Order: sequence, then structure tokens, then C-alpha cells
Amino acid sequence: MDSLKLWFRKGEPWVWLNAGAVAISVVMVVGLLGLVAVRGLSHFWPHTIIEGVYTEPDGSSYTIIGEVADEEWVAASRVRGTGVAIPEEVKVVKRMLIKTGNRDITGLDFRWLIAENLQDVTTPEQLMVVERREWGNFYGYLVAVKENGRVVASGESALAELEARLERALDLTEEIHEIENAEIGAINYQLERLRLKQRRLELDDALTDAARLELQEERAALDAQYQGLKSHLDELNVQIGRDSMVARSMNGAEKEIPLKLVVQFKQPNAMSFFGKVADYFHQLWLFLSDDPREANTEGGVFPAIFGTVLMVILMSVIVTPFGVVAAVYLREYAKQGPLTRTIRVAVNNLAGVPSIVYGVFGLGFFVYFLGGNLDALFYPEAAPAPVFGTPGLMWASITLALLTLPVVIVATEEGLTRIPKSLREGSLALGATKFETITKVILPMSSPAMMTGLILAIARAAGEVAPLMLVGVVKLAPTLPLDGNFPYLHLERKFMHLGFHIYDVGFQSPNVEAARPLVYATAALLVVVIVALNLTAIMIRNRLREKYRALEN
Amino acid sequence: MESTSEALFGVSEQRLTKMRRYRKLKDQVAAVGISAGGVSVIFAICLIFFYLLYEVLPLFMPASMEERSTLVNYELSEPYFTVLEEQGQVALTIDRQRGPVFFDARSGAVISTPGVASDSAITAFAKDAPGTKAYALGFADGSVLIQKPAYTIEYGATTQDKTVIPAIEYPLGQEPIQVLQGEAISKLAYRESDDQVRIIAANAAGQLFMKDFAKTESFLSDEVELEEIDTVQLPSPSGELSNVLLSLDQRWLFLVENKGKVEVLDLRNPASEMRVHIADVADAETHITVSDFLLGGFSLLIADDSGRINQWFIAYNDNNKPYLANVRTLTLVEGVAITSLQTEHRRKGFIAGDAEGNIGLFNTTADREVADEQVAQTAIDWIAMSPRGNTMVFKADGDAPRNYHVDNEHPEVSWSSMWHQVWYERYDEPSFTWQSSSASNDFEPKFSLMPLTFGTMKAAFYAMLVAVPLAICGAVYTAYFMAPALRTKVKPTIELMEAMPTVILGFLAGLWLAPLVEANLAGITSILVLTPLFCILAALLWSRLPRDISTRVPDGYVPVILIPVVVFAGALSMWLSDPIEATFFGGSMREWLTNSLGIDFDQRNSLVVGLAMGFAVIPTIFSITEDAIFAVPKGLTQGSLALGATPWQTMVRVVLPTASPGIFSALMIGLGRAVGETMIVLMATGNTPIMDMNIFEGLRTLSANIAVEMPEAEVDSSHFRILFLSGLVLFIFTFLVNTTAEVVRQRLREKYGSL
Repeated sequence: MDSLKLWFRKGEPWVWLNAGAVAISVVMVVGLLGLVAVRGLSHFWPHTIIEGVYTEPDGSSYTIIGEVADEEWVAASRVRGTGVAIPEEVKVVKRMLIKTGNRDITGLDFRWLIAENLQDVTTPEQLMVVERREWGNFYGYLVAVKENGRVVASGESALAELEARLERALDLTEEIHEIENAEIGAINYQLERLRLKQRRLELDDALTDAARLELQEERAALDAQYQGLKSHLDELNVQIGRDSMVARSMNGAEKEIPLKLVVQFKQPNAMSFFGKVADYFHQLWLFLSDDPREANTEGGVFPAIFGTVLMVILMSVIVTPFGVVAAVYLREYAKQGPLTRTIRVAVNNLAGVPSIVYGVFGLGFFVYFLGGNLDALFYPEAAPAPVFGTPGLMWASITLALLTLPVVIVATEEGLTRIPKSLREGSLALGATKFETITKVILPMSSPAMMTGLILAIARAAGEVAPLMLVGVVKLAPTLPLDGNFPYLHLERKFMHLGFHIYDVGFQSPNVEAARPLVYATAALLVVVIVALNLTAIMIRNRLREKYRALEN
Repeated sequence: MESTSEALFGVSEQRLTKMRRYRKLKDQVAAVGISAGGVSVIFAICLIFFYLLYEVLPLFMPASMEERSTLVNYELSEPYFTVLEEQGQVALTIDRQRGPVFFDARSGAVISTPGVASDSAITAFAKDAPGTKAYALGFADGSVLIQKPAYTIEYGATTQDKTVIPAIEYPLGQEPIQVLQGEAISKLAYRESDDQVRIIAANAAGQLFMKDFAKTESFLSDEVELEEIDTVQLPSPSGELSNVLLSLDQRWLFLVENKGKVEVLDLRNPASEMRVHIADVADAETHITVSDFLLGGFSLLIADDSGRINQWFIAYNDNNKPYLANVRTLTLVEGVAITSLQTEHRRKGFIAGDAEGNIGLFNTTADREVADEQVAQTAIDWIAMSPRGNTMVFKADGDAPRNYHVDNEHPEVSWSSMWHQVWYERYDEPSFTWQSSSASNDFEPKFSLMPLTFGTMKAAFYAMLVAVPLAICGAVYTAYFMAPALRTKVKPTIELMEAMPTVILGFLAGLWLAPLVEANLAGITSILVLTPLFCILAALLWSRLPRDISTRVPDGYVPVILIPVVVFAGALSMWLSDPIEATFFGGSMREWLTNSLGIDFDQRNSLVVGLAMGFAVIPTIFSITEDAIFAVPKGLTQGSLALGATPWQTMVRVVLPTASPGIFSALMIGLGRAVGETMIVLMATGNTPIMDMNIFEGLRTLSANIAVEMPEAEVDSSHFRILFLSGLVLFIFTFLVNTTAEVVRQRLREKYGSL
């Protein structure tokens, strides 16, 4: 007993409690990363499709085909509340969330089932999942392949036929997409430019008949070009509508699916392990390289990745020179006194100002004030439609540059402080001017510190969402901010962003359940990018410290 | 010399001097350039503060009025009512003799006199809601005519040059409606809804009649046909009537009596039970001078000869009985009778003029006088206002009317409307409410920042409740007890959390944690108990282990032992969750909370926010605290240990007091982060602006409010500027907190430097 008292008095339990706090924190970090990674990355693994017979509480039964999306144990009373009869002695029951797809046939694509009532579960190899451009996934059996409404293959041979014909359909889809977006998009862009040019001339009172004629000719040329593309497009649209597949869904109905609506199909139950691995990476690639579909709940996140990267690059281009110049000024040029100290404290504190405040500032000052004035000065022809007077890529980049400025300043200053005085004095003693000392000696030596600052800034900017919601991010941007139309980089356009994509799809989407795996995948992608950036920064910082420790001795 | 330089550098002295001069110039230019760059960056940072201030300041600017012109050609005598149209160019006055007359609002010259289609004399006047612009005239023969001004704008050479052409329309037909049989109408009230017209008229004897008409629009033409539904004789007032006012919903009739009483009739009741309340609106000495509805036709404004304007509306008492509540009193000049009153068309505000020529602009929600000015020496006869609220025409007794420009952008915002309880229309008591927009035009915006500030503090409080113990305890162990090799791995791992995008934390909190917490409430509660218990149990077991086993794990590796314990405690709690809920809470703790304890439960609640935001704040507090403890000079701890103190005693008595300023600054910075965090609260709460400390209910913070409402706010409106104000509040708060922390930290650094 005394030993226990002594043990308490020594404070051992408290030390262990403190150690427990560390353990909890570490478990939380690792757990969170693990959760995101597992949920996000497992989404691409081809899931087994099950077939079973489900008996409703009222005794009716029907066939269920689908993927198991989730399983959970719930209190029996909660299930009883929904009208399902469960024996009194049962306290908890197992529920399964089955993704049955076929939204066009059954109305809902997810359903919660009581696991016990689902019987005769099998996994037939012929079951297939068809990813469609509309109405979500289709689950069922392939019956036949048709050409112009005439059956060309059925039974065993249908699968091979479908593969070949789907490839043709996908090629055509890509061609159509290319024409619609790139070529017709370019023509529309040109037409809009002509309209603005004419309006501009009108405003300047310089719209002579000659100019009008010239514009007319250009417009006519573009129209002719458009007509050519249009007829080609019509032809392609006829061609792509040729084939269709017939499949049987879980309620026995046969459904004809035009191949132009099919993205891909597979029979996961029949896949070997390596087949699944190959499919996994294929899906991952599609996720990274495809455009989103169905209100962002399906498809890929390419525009969001593109927008994030482009915004971050622009931000880096702005923040680096300003941050470095400010740090050099504070450390090398400003007189070290109370004023400089105050400024340093202020800069430090700005890193702690909520990001939404930067968003508010960006919206008010950059978008409405600067943007509004820019429009009035340089784009009177576009009025009343705003050009820069509306949230867009440029303002988002500048706002985030301002947000990350303190990070770069603080990191660069730290690097400058760490450079031994002797180096500076040596350079000056050899006759170099102050500027030469800075550019030739000090800045190269502190470049790793600047890198650290920049990487931290990028990591912060890539994950920041709140200010972007005010200054330029949208849920779906019709065009990328970088394309083949002069001036190629469209700073005034709105863009998509990974972080906002998570918020939007997870919280504003009409079908949260269907979109959830995709949100996890997007989150995993963002986490990977940011963890990698931060680890790089930490590595550079450590190497830097080692380097100067060697110099000091 | 020349030869030496040539020999040394291979260039002539002249060249060298030139080069030196060039280098010097470059150096100077760079110095100027860098200084300018540095200063401009610092300037840009200051700009944030000043720009926010610049956007916010107009909220607190007083309104102003400025004379534009005198209406020298004005020749009308006694109007019932005068109103300006949208552009503020044309005024419509309802003259007692001539009926409606349009005149130029700048010069007073009559534009047209459409007149009335009746031979009888006008004896009463009533107006409909401001948006409809319609009004009713009562005649000596007991008939009523509804008229409505209509304006068309003709544009000249430029868009600035526009002429307003007025006309009179008869929305219910040119034929007067017979309301009283052969008696003159002395008082009139009229309201028109989509399908019904209700007219209330009083005769000279003070008897009141209510007539309802059904509106049917004929298919062929746009004409409206009226069909009489019902005529009811209403209870007679006890005293002489000053005014009869019918609420916009046609339910409440207010009989304003000269003696200072208002009788409230509920027109839904049968005639015998209509009188629901008689309110004394003035004392024995004062007399009611003017009464009217505020925008929305719900609140009564009753002005008297003591200079006060009282706002009254129907509220319900504890027994759910309607009564006329005196909501607030506004005073123009104490003791000087109010002679005229004009309500604004689009805001809950009004203009009042008194017997000594003072004019005051008021807003009821803000409970304040926005501006006042003595514009004449005599009583103000009437005031007219344009719908936009920027032009005012008034006439003082004996003078020609004058046209004033009014600059009154944000009357609804005041210190009291943002931070005090406000009694809003249709509420039964004063409250803190945030409701910035609504579908209806006569909506009273509710800009109380209290629920948002409360929500911010509540979220920060729960986050700190989660984060502080974990972060500080963790930092204590990591800095002082942990083996150095382990420390170099643990510290970056926890610090990595800081870089985690908050959108991911928010998304997990909203979509993963919130349902998990809801389904396993008992498990989550038991984690809080079981985890520390298991840690101590593990410590006890460890101390009982034979020495040769326990020494195999070196000192300072306790967390490694505890990780499986923590995981086990968590897993056990979750596993126990369902049985506990089934045994003690009848299957669901959530339902038990609501049904047995009466505690409301939202899925996205403060507990979830606390956990998620606590997670986000831990690394900030942890990192700074750890640095502060680690920086405590080793001499101090070694001295303490050498004197025989145990490591824990040294920690509590020596290290913690020395590092306490550092820990304080860590807490401050953590708090700053929790207060400003946006995405987590946006996604993990229901964003309901309520004031309730209940951990199982949602909240709305200042920052989330900005994120939700900013994109929809109309530029430069009061709403827009108030959102800027909340941004400024956040900015100043975090700036102060961070500066305090920074100053404390610098002090600490200096102190350690001397040790």
C-alpha cells in the first residue's frame, strides 16, 4: 500500500498521463492519415458484385445485385422505428449499404438492408458493372449487342463484340469532345472577341464602314468554318449512335443502353488478382485525368488539379520576390530598432490572421475596387459584363500570395539570420559592395531557407479554401484558365480547386452518398500532395541546419 | 600607380574608377529599390486593416441632408398626403379639394391634375402598402374610389436625361364603390390582397363598417371585377377617432383615439369578441398628433405633442393573448409636438417633423435618430419621401416647400442593433437574432452580431477544451521526459497536423465523425473516461513488472508502450457503445437525451466541432509549448534534481513556472486559430445562429457566416458592410491575441537569455 502511495507521490501516474497525451495525439494523426488513405484509395479497387435474395419485413422477396458499400451494427430499436419487425431478444442488428445502381430503373442507387434477410448470396462471374455518362452505374448481366437495333451478338460471344464496339464508341466520343470543346470553343471565342472589338470601335466612334465590313467578313469566315464542323459533328453523332447493348438488371427487366453513354464496363467477379491491380491503376489514372461528370459526383478531378496547380504557380511567382525583398529589407537594410521590431511582430501576427479575412479583403479590394476600376479603364466594351471586376484566377492568386507572404518573409529572415557574420564581413572586406554581398554570398546561402518558405507557402495555399470561395473558385468551370486561344492564359476566368471540390461535392451535392468515395479520393490526393510538400520542407530545413552548424564551427 | 592597377587587374585606372562608380551606383539603386520594395510590402499588409476599416466606416457615419431647391411655384393648400416617385422628380399630392395633383418636385409647378371621377367632395383618405402605391379616397356621398399613380420614363439623348410622365390608374375600375349609404366617410382604411379588398369606413357619428370584396380578374380584359362578400358593423370606439389603421394582413384594426387610447380589433373574431385590447398610448397631458404604419403594415407609429414617437405592435403574452406592446420610444425634441410623419418605403425607418421646424430621420430597428436638423422656424406641415430614400420634400408652415437631398445609407445599423437585444416585429420579446435576408421586401433585417460572436466563442471553447489538455500534456512529456531519438520523430509528426488542410478535417468531421458520434454517443463518452484510466492502469502494471522486463524499454519511450493501450481503449469503448446504449439508454443514447433530458441533439453539433477543431489546434499549441519547455535552461532542472526533487516535482515546481509565459502565448495563438477557423465550422456544424451553450446543438461563427453570406451580399449594402465588420472584428481580435502572445514570448526569450 505504501509503495502505491509513494508511486503516486513520485508523480509517476502523471508522467504516464502526459505520455498518454502524446500517444493519443500520435494515434489521432496516424489514424486520420490512415482513414483518408484507406477510404480514398480503396475506392478504385474493383469491388465484388453480389447477387442475393432479399426478403422484406412484409414477406415479399426480390433479387438484389450490387456492391456492398458499407456495413454497420445498429441498435435494434432504431431499426424497429422504421417499421422492420425484429425479435425482442435481439439488441443489435447488422445493416448493409448496398449500391445497386440502376437509378433510371429503380429510382434509388443505394439501399440499406438488414444483413440477416439477405440470403443465397452468390458472386456470378458474368455479373457486370457498366459505368455510364448518365444515371450512374448499371449492374446486371449482358444479354446482347445490337447494331442499329439489330442483334449482332448474344450469349458468350457478346462480351468480345461489346469490347470492340465500345472502343470504337469511345474513340468517336473523344473526337466529338475535341470538336465541341476545342474547335467550336475556339470559334465561339473568336466571335466573342469580334463582338467586343466592334463594341470597342463603337465606343471610340471609330466604327467606319470599312471596319464594319472587315468584321463582317471575319464573322462570315468563322461562320463557314463552324458550319463545316457542325456537319462533321452531326455525322459523328449519327455514327456513335449506331451500337447499343442490352443488359438484364436485378428485377429481370432488359435495358438497352446506347454505347455512346457508356464509359466503361467490367466483370469484377471474373477478374484475377493481377487483373484487379491493373484495373486499380487504370481507375486511378482516370480519376486524375478525367473531367468530372454528373454534377461532380462521378468522373475525375483533372480540372480541379489543374486549377490548383496553376493558381499555386501564379501565387509562387508573386509571393517569392516580394517575400524575399521584404525579408532582405528587414534584415539587411532597415535600421534595427523598435520600429523594425514592431514590423516583425506585425508580420508574424499576420500569419495568424484568419484566412477568411484575407478572402474578405480580396473580394472588396482586389475584385470590386481594383477589378472594377480596371474594367472601367480597359474593358469598357465588355460592360455591363465584368472582366476583372468579378472573382477570378488572378485575384485568387494575389489574395493567396498576400496570405502566404508572412510565411515566406519569416522563413527567409530566419535563413538570413543564420548566416554567420564572418561570411558577410569577409565579403565586405574583400571590397564587395553591400548589394554584391547580398546577391553573391548571402542569398545563395540562404536559398534553402527561401525554398522552405516557398514550399510551406505552397502547402498552405494548396489547402486553403475559405478565402478562395470568395475570390474565384467555382464548382464547375466550363473552360480551363489555360487553353489554345490567344492570350492562352486567361487570368480573369474562374477555376476549380481540389479543396473546394471536397467541400462542394461533400456538402452541396445532390447525391452525397454516391459522391462520398470520390470525396475521400480527392481528400487523399490533397493530403498526399500537402504531406509530400511539407516533408520536403522539413528535409530541406534539417539539411540547412546541418550545413550552417558545420560553418559555425 | 597606374602600372600597379594594370598589373594587378589588367585594366586601366580609368576603367577601374568607372567600374567602381558603376558598382557604387548599382549598390545605391539596389538599396533604394529593396527599401522601397520592403516598405511597400509592409504597406500592403497595413492596407488590409485600413481597407477593412474603410469599408466598415460608412456604417457609423451619420446621415446628412442638404437643400437642393425651393419649390417656388407650389400653390396647393391642404394635402392629405404627398409622395415622390422613384426618380424623385415628380411628386403626387392628394389635395383635399382637387384630389390627386402631380407637381414637379424641384420647382413645385403643377404637371397635371387628373382629378377624381366623382362630383362629391373628398372627405377621407387611406393608403395601401408602400410597394403597391395605391390609395383610397372617401367621399361625402359614402363612396370610395381606389387610385394608383403610374409613371413612365422617357429617355432623352443620354441615359441620364430622363423625363417622368405621370398618370393615374384605377386598379379596381373608375366607378366608385359604395361603402356607406348616403353618409359622408370621415375615416377610411383600405387594404388589397391578391384576391380580396377590405375597406373599413367610419361615418361622422363614429360608427364603423367593414366591407369585403372578392377580386376576380376577367379573362378578356385586364379589368378587375369586385364582388361584395360581406358587410359587418364593427364595435364602435369609445372616444373620438383620430385615425383608423388596418394591418397589411387585414387582420388587425387599430382605432387610434384622440384621447390617447388605441383599441385593437381582431377582425377574425365575430363582432362581439373583436375588441381584444385597449392600450393607453399617451398619458393625460399628451395628445396624439400623427399615427401611421411602419413599412410592412405591422408596426404602429404613434406620435404625440410631447415630441415622442412610439412604436407599437401586436405581440403575444405568456397566456398567448395578443396585446399591443410598446416596443420603443424615439424622441425628436423633447416637449415639442410632432406635426408630421412620413415612413420610408423600403426600410423600417421614418421622418418626423415638429412644431418648431425640426426634422429628424429615425430607424426603428436600430432604435436611433439617424440625423436631425432644424430646417424652419415654423411647424412642418408635411414631408414626402422618394422610395429610394434619397430625396425628401417638406413644407413648413408659411414657407414654400423645399427639396432636400438625403444621404442615409445605413440607418438600420447601430451599436444597439448589433450588440443589444432588439425587439423585432413579430417577436414576442427582445432577442439576439441574426437573419440577414428574406424573400419579402418589407422584411426587417436582423443584424445582431451576438449569436455569431457567441457561436465563435462556443466553438473555440469546445475546441480548446479538447486541445489544451492533450497539447500541453503532450508537450510536457515530449520536451522533458521523452528520449531524444523518439522526440525527433514525434514532434514533426504532430506538427504535420498543422499543415493538414482544414477542408479535409471539416469534411471528415461532417461526413464521418458526426454520424459516428451520433450512432456511438456512449462509446465516445466512455473514451473520455477509459483512455486516461487505462493509461494509469498501464502505468501501475508497468511499475509492478519485474525489473528485468521493464528495463528492456529505455526511459522516455512510454508513449510507445501506451499506443496499443490507447488504441485498445478506443476500440473497447466503441465495442461497448452499443451494449451500453442498449442496457442503460434503451437502445439509443441520442433518443434518451432528447426524450428523457429534453436536450436537443443535432447531428452536426458542437461536440463534433470541438473534436475536429481541437485536432486542428493541437499542433499549434503543442509546438509552441514544447519549444518553451525545451528552452528552459538545463541548469535549473539539474539543480532541482540534484536537490533531491523527483522529475515530476521538478517539472511542476521548476519547469512549468519558468515556461508558463511561453505556454500562455501558445494558448493565445491556439485560441486565435480556433476563433478564425472557417472550413471546419462551416462543414461540421449546421450553421444555425442560435445562442445556446448545449454541446449537442449547432452554432454559426463569424467566419463561417462570412463564407456563407458574402457571395450573396449586395455590394455596399448594410449587409455587405456588416460582413466586412465581422471580418474586421476577427482581424483585430486575432491580431491582439497574437501580439500579446508574441510580446510575452519575446520577454521570455530575453529572460532565458540572461539565465
